[in-house]
Amino acid sequence: MRFISRYRRHRFAGPFLLLAGLLFVGISYTVAQAASESAVLNTSDKATLIAEGKEIFARGCSSCHGLNAEGAGIAPSLIGVGAASVDFQVATGRMPMADMSHQAMRKEPVYNEEETAALAAYVASLAPGPAAVTNEELAWERSGDTAEGGELFRNNCAMCHNFAGQGGALTQGKYAPTVMGVEPKHIYEAMLTGPQAMPVFSDSVLTPQEKLSIIKWIKHAENEPALGGAALGRVGPVTEGLLAWTLGLGLLIGVAVWLTTKAR
Amino acid sequence: MSARERVAGQVANYVDERTGSAKWLKKTLTKVFPDHWSFMLGEIVLYSFIILLLSGTFLTFWFDPSMREVEYEGSYEPLSGLKMSAAYASTLHISFDVRGGLLMRQIHHWAALIFMAAMVAHLMRVFFTGAFRKPREFNWIIGVGLLTLGIVEGFLGYSLPDDLLSGTGIRIAEAIIQALPVVGSYLAYFIFGGAFPGEMFIQRIYVVHILLIPGIFLALITAHLMLVWYQKHTQYPGPGRTEKNVVGYPLMPVYMAKAGGFFFIVFGVTAFLGAFASINPLWLYGPYTPGQISAGSQPDWYMGWLDGLVRMAPPLETYWFGYTISWNILIPGLIIPGIIFTGMALYPFIESWMTGDKREHHLLDRPRNAPNRTALGAMSITFMLVALINGGNDLIATHFDLSINQIMWFTRIGIIVLPPLVFVITKRICLSLQRADRELVLHGRETGRLVMLPHGEFIEVHEPLSPQRAYLLTQHEQLPALEPVAADANGVRNPKGAKAKIQARLSRANQEQIAKPTPKEVLEIEDHH
Amino acid sequence: MSNEIAPLTDPGLPEHIHRKADVDPRAAKRAERQVGILFLLSVFGTLLFIYAYVGIDESIFIFLPIMGTTNAHQLFLGLGLAMSLFFIGMAAVHWAKTLMPDHEVIDHRKEQRSKDEDRSAFVATVKERAGEAGLGRRPFIKRTMGLALGLVGLSPILLLRDLGPLPENELNETNWKAGTRLVTDPGDRPLKPSDLEVGGVAQVQPEFPPGKERHLDDIAKDSVLLIRIRPEEFNLDPERLSWTYEGIIAFSKICSHMGCAVALYEQTTKHLLCPCHQSTFDVTRAAKVIFGPAARALPQLAITVDSEGYIVAKAPFNEAVGPSFWERDSK
Repeated sequence: MRFISRYRRHRFAGPFLLLAGLLFVGISYTVAQAASESAVLNTSDKATLIAEGKEIFARGCSSCHGLNAEGAGIAPSLIGVGAASVDFQVATGRMPMADMSHQAMRKEPVYNEEETAALAAYVASLAPGPAAVTNEELAWERSGDTAEGGELFRNNCAMCHNFAGQGGALTQGKYAPTVMGVEPKHIYEAMLTGPQAMPVFSDSVLTPQEKLSIIKWIKHAENEPALGGAALGRVGPVTEGLLAWTLGLGLLIGVAVWLTTKAR
Repeated sequence: MSARERVAGQVANYVDERTGSAKWLKKTLTKVFPDHWSFMLGEIVLYSFIILLLSGTFLTFWFDPSMREVEYEGSYEPLSGLKMSAAYASTLHISFDVRGGLLMRQIHHWAALIFMAAMVAHLMRVFFTGAFRKPREFNWIIGVGLLTLGIVEGFLGYSLPDDLLSGTGIRIAEAIIQALPVVGSYLAYFIFGGAFPGEMFIQRIYVVHILLIPGIFLALITAHLMLVWYQKHTQYPGPGRTEKNVVGYPLMPVYMAKAGGFFFIVFGVTAFLGAFASINPLWLYGPYTPGQISAGSQPDWYMGWLDGLVRMAPPLETYWFGYTISWNILIPGLIIPGIIFTGMALYPFIESWMTGDKREHHLLDRPRNAPNRTALGAMSITFMLVALINGGNDLIATHFDLSINQIMWFTRIGIIVLPPLVFVITKRICLSLQRADRELVLHGRETGRLVMLPHGEFIEVHEPLSPQRAYLLTQHEQLPALEPVAADANGVRNPKGAKAKIQARLSRANQEQIAKPTPKEVLEIEDHH
Repeated sequence: MSNEIAPLTDPGLPEHIHRKADVDPRAAKRAERQVGILFLLSVFGTLLFIYAYVGIDESIFIFLPIMGTTNAHQLFLGLGLAMSLFFIGMAAVHWAKTLMPDHEVIDHRKEQRSKDEDRSAFVATVKERAGEAGLGRRPFIKRTMGLALGLVGLSPILLLRDLGPLPENELNETNWKAGTRLVTDPGDRPLKPSDLEVGGVAQVQPEFPPGKERHLDDIAKDSVLLIRIRPEEFNLDPERLSWTYEGIIAFSKICSHMGCAVALYEQTTKHLLCPCHQSTFDVTRAAKVIFGPAARALPQLAITVDSEGYIVAKAPFNEAVGPSFWERDSK
């Protein structure tokens, strides 16, 4: 595909490559660090990790989810939700919830990676459930197919998350968040576990391979430069109409006023 | 005589000897046009139309209006290998494989949005200034026709690329057709050549979009302009401007340069939008299939109010004698728009019946001097805005942290409550403005300068208005309301009884005015100073 | 009628004020220069356009503040075009405003109405000519002409008959039959109940025999959404309950309002939302409408499993899917 990919080689993109490179180094450093940490953890006693997780859980989660994660009136049971669900909810900052009146929103995570892993290990120890994944395990860049991913996205995701993954409204003030800027592993875990209002897309409904394709398409949409000018939020004709009235007609009326005033 | 003048003379001679048009041409070239920014709105519409013709012609060179299924092999990788209609594939081809194609597509779409926006703005100007009054009723009706056609034409253009968004629009249009009592399903099958979406639709609406409706447009616009030409343009009131004259600049050279220049400016602004703002990024929508949908599927703005009405409709459907009638589609989709557009077309006749005024008018009204009309206009705009807001309720909900259910209920109630409220408020504002005008004429302009009188009282110095300004504020006429004629002098009952009563009642409401200062009052005040 | 049409005397057109360029030759020269510069800006725009067309590759992207990374070819092509057009206009208008005569001129109007003698002459002509045609005297011609003109319009309408087939019973039919497997869309994989977790959904189509191709017409009627909830959460009558299988329930995905794909499923509330007009359906109560303009529940597809354990349709839809139509049986 010449149109999209060739621009990267151009001289104008130099500063970007530099920036992207720096970003990449930064991310891989963080990832490497996390990997080495988990390696350390693996060697340590698994039971310690679970115990640690249980302790964090008792402090931060049990007030809503119950002391043994059995759930209570306001919060669901976590038995059997698996490490994937914990990783998604905690690492994206959705849990613990800041405000019970709204749906859980993405925000700065409260727990660090180690604590998240401990929590996940604890919840996973209660009953088997989907395991958490890492970005490296996914290898979506190699195994995904963008075009197929786009079709799957439009069939399974666009109705809530909008055609370009910008998010959309649900009933009674709930909303489907944007999927732009979300870690691939969190997208994967969300499809697997169905957080909050989102339904579950099991591996038979969307095969792991198909999930990777969806991630690849989302990442493509996220990085696609503006092909036709300012994107206007990628939310369809509403912002276009607004711009036509304000900037378009506004400019023209401005010119018309100038045109019909007498020169001095 | 210079060489240039000689050539000009020869050309004029050549043309006149063959057409005999010297007199007409002379009159034309010296024709006078009044100058006001609001008179340029109609020009924006005309120029956008020309831009649409030019850019549209460019697009037809590559667009393939066919629903034949093809596999995409163009240069936009994220769609490569997908099955899609030739129409969608060729639109992608225009966007990515024709140099300047995307630019022209965006110019075409932006021009369409501005075309409709300017048309509505032009309509509002004509309405609020009373420019539709005798002798211009025909032109008003042509204008309403153009507006209706514009909406249809715009919707068809939105539907042509056969992307997911446009297909969703067609699906909804099909549902409206299918909901028509008795003939609905037959009509839908005829239009789509079978079950939805079929394989015929794009090529059929293509012909309508590029030939039939533009042809009607050309004819109607020509008639519209010829009438403006022949009846001469209306003008705003002011010193030296009367019902018998028109004050402005001659066509040649001032107006030619201004109007001609304005065409290039409109084209330039549209091209600027086409360059800098993405519109309808259909490569992201994907090809149409009836099983897919995107959150926030909306039509272009000029259809948004219709979509908003459909969204807020109550869930009414009846099943009588084995037949289903979808009131939830028919009322917002056909009946209310039908009433609105018919009412709009008939308004000049309704107003002249209400006021009993059958005279010609070439001087425009200042909106405050026609409070009822202005209030009616503000009321209609409110109705449309509430509907339009509901047409984008999902986006408003996500962007302003509201719920679609709240917005829906707000608009369901608002569309009934707000327009009358706005009517009353607007009318009051108009009357207050009239009162302010009266004060101005009688007591002059407040200067903000305070002076102390010899006995110690402070007063603010009022400056008398210039005669020009005073004239402008008092030139309008205030007709008395029609008297209800119950019976004539011989006691014969008015055969039009009830109708006459309604007319008199409406006329009374219509003529509610703050009496403008009489010359006597003005003189008295002047003596006093 | 009002006896006071204008209480104050019309002071007449305000005095003409000369522009600077009219009295000061230097100002005129300056205005001339400005017009020239505007025209030159347009020339620059055209040159930019040509350069962008031939010189800037389509694969070049540049970064602009606010807009982000943008395609340079498209941007400069548009910018060049916009400049070349816009500045011609600005130059012409500036020229007209500063250098062309700015004396307001008065043109006189006459009433639109023709002179009385012209009008009566016209009426007389019409009467006379109509009399010559003799239409009034020959009622037979008048009536038959009316009949002929009235009927002639029928032929073009009839000609449109072949635009499409008659709907027959097609709007009531789908490709679902008893025993048709539900396959994923896209992917065409049959599903077993165990493939769907509680809280899970699947977009499905009927399985077609090999060789039969799925067209958009089929998708427009066959699309089905499969949802699994806990069986005890159902609030259905026994018949509808028997159409579900272990908490799995299937609905037509084509909205009963205007035919959009209803697929926004909220796992927490068990509500289905249509993104087009916000009709909301309650899955636990057989997709009953709980909000919005839709008047009918989504048609439910009865499902069960076949001998191999795959989910299949128990029976075709028992009502027409999609938006309503006149002949629809909506008991």
